[in-house]
Amino acid sequence: MNNLPRLLKVSFQRITRNPYNAFAAIFVMFLTFFISGLVVLVTVSSNQVLGFFESRPQVTAFLKDGTTSDKIKEIQDRLNKTEIVSKTKYISKEEALEIYKARFSSEPLLTEFVTAEILPASIEVSTYKLADLSSVAEILRSDSSVDEVIFERDIVETLQAWVKAIRNIGSAVVVFLVITSFLITLIVVGLNISLHKDEIEIMKLVGAGAWYVRTPFIFEGVFYGLFSALLASLVLLGLFLWMLPVLQSTFVDIPIFHNKVQTFGLVLAGEVLVGSVIGIVGSLVATRKYLNV
Amino acid sequence: MIVFHEVSKQYDGLTALADINLEIGDSEFVFLTGKSGAGKSTLLKMIIREEQPTSGKVFVDDLEISSLPSSYIPKLRRKVATIFQDFKLLPQRTVFENVAFPLEILGLDDPQIKKTVGEILKLVSLEEKLDNFPYQLSGGEAQRTAIARAMVLRPEIILADEPTGNLDSGSAWEVMQLLAKLNSLGTTVVMATHNTDIFSSLPHRTLIMDEGRIRDEGKQTKASAKPKKK
Repeated sequence: MNNLPRLLKVSFQRITRNPYNAFAAIFVMFLTFFISGLVVLVTVSSNQVLGFFESRPQVTAFLKDGTTSDKIKEIQDRLNKTEIVSKTKYISKEEALEIYKARFSSEPLLTEFVTAEILPASIEVSTYKLADLSSVAEILRSDSSVDEVIFERDIVETLQAWVKAIRNIGSAVVVFLVITSFLITLIVVGLNISLHKDEIEIMKLVGAGAWYVRTPFIFEGVFYGLFSALLASLVLLGLFLWMLPVLQSTFVDIPIFHNKVQTFGLVLAGEVLVGSVIGIVGSLVATRKYLNV
Repeated sequence: MIVFHEVSKQYDGLTALADINLEIGDSEFVFLTGKSGAGKSTLLKMIIREEQPTSGKVFVDDLEISSLPSSYIPKLRRKVATIFQDFKLLPQRTVFENVAFPLEILGLDDPQIKKTVGEILKLVSLEEKLDNFPYQLSGGEAQRTAIARAMVLRPEIILADEPTGNLDSGSAWEVMQLLAKLNSLGTTVVMATHNTDIFSSLPHRTLIMDEGRIRDEGKQTKASAKPKKK
């Protein structure tokens, strides 16, 4: 254990004496972790947006004025009997006004002359499956009390396609970058082993064991992985905080990143873990391949 | 004690050592001499297992070197230290750090290292140069640093491969005095050299090598004829 600080010092000296090698490794690994983090964050937020659209009332039927409460109850009962409907909710004209006012609270001009009378009452219907939206819409359209039916099937399907594409393309890019980072670690550590060939020879001749020779190179790989992961996480955090106001105004009702701290904590922990693993495995392979001890 | 038992070494059909039988006792001082390519360095390398014999066995005390597990080699090299013609100092470390290096490997703490290295550097008259880097040293000083590094673990055996080869005569004699001093303290010294002046003027056992064989055994002192026990 006495040797640990010494070996760390040796490792640090080797890194600082070959700054271009270190820069190349850190740059490529930073890119890996930055893009990986970005893919994770975009996937998480897309899932949240998708979840929001999937969970909110998906079919809205606007009712004609004068529809009685009995008729409304009859429509709700008919829908609930189908067993494809998870929830129905009646929104009265007054409630519609409240929702409207809350949504446009920052723009008084839009709310000033709106009254409950001009807003329609509606029934919001959620289904268990996205595929059942059309059936529910048909049932509602066939009812004479229903004025108009809207549903967000297209939005959800488009979103699903996007999330899937982001996940697939992102995963492929991340795998490619992780392999590149691993190879870069291997090459840079291997290059440093070549640069210190004479020193290693002398170390062996004066009685240094295999692990004494190997350990500083392994520390070097771990340093590249850890430093790049931390740097990428910090830059991502900075970028996110910078973009947060824009994101919040774009996705007004959608709670993207409602667990900001947890999400970033997981990204940071994941990147540090993957960074360490790439560093350790890359440098171990390099020492096995290039270091004859 | 170092023992070579019918040791041969061949490289791609070329014979480097042929049928060597040799015993070097504890605390002996032995010169190995002969032309370049006679096999002196190969013989020394076998003692620290930098080379393996093609046939035969090499022993250091009770250890058969060629069958040692590779994990034991660092331990062997702390017991048998080596000095080289080109010094083999770590270029980016100071004199102090070079000499301290074998102690660092053993995991000694800093105060212990400082004390031991200070004593050794005093012994080789380099206490004023401890912060110098190898490129700031004369050949003699660099070789004395290498000797200090070899001495620092108090090895039982020191192998010296042409240690005076790159030195002027004054520095060469300083190095010889140091090796003689170590030998007088009980360390076995095996030194390969071309330098006729040195081995002919000192009363130690001299092995003359030619084409991988020990052709002749020169003068033998009382000490080397009857190895003394430490």
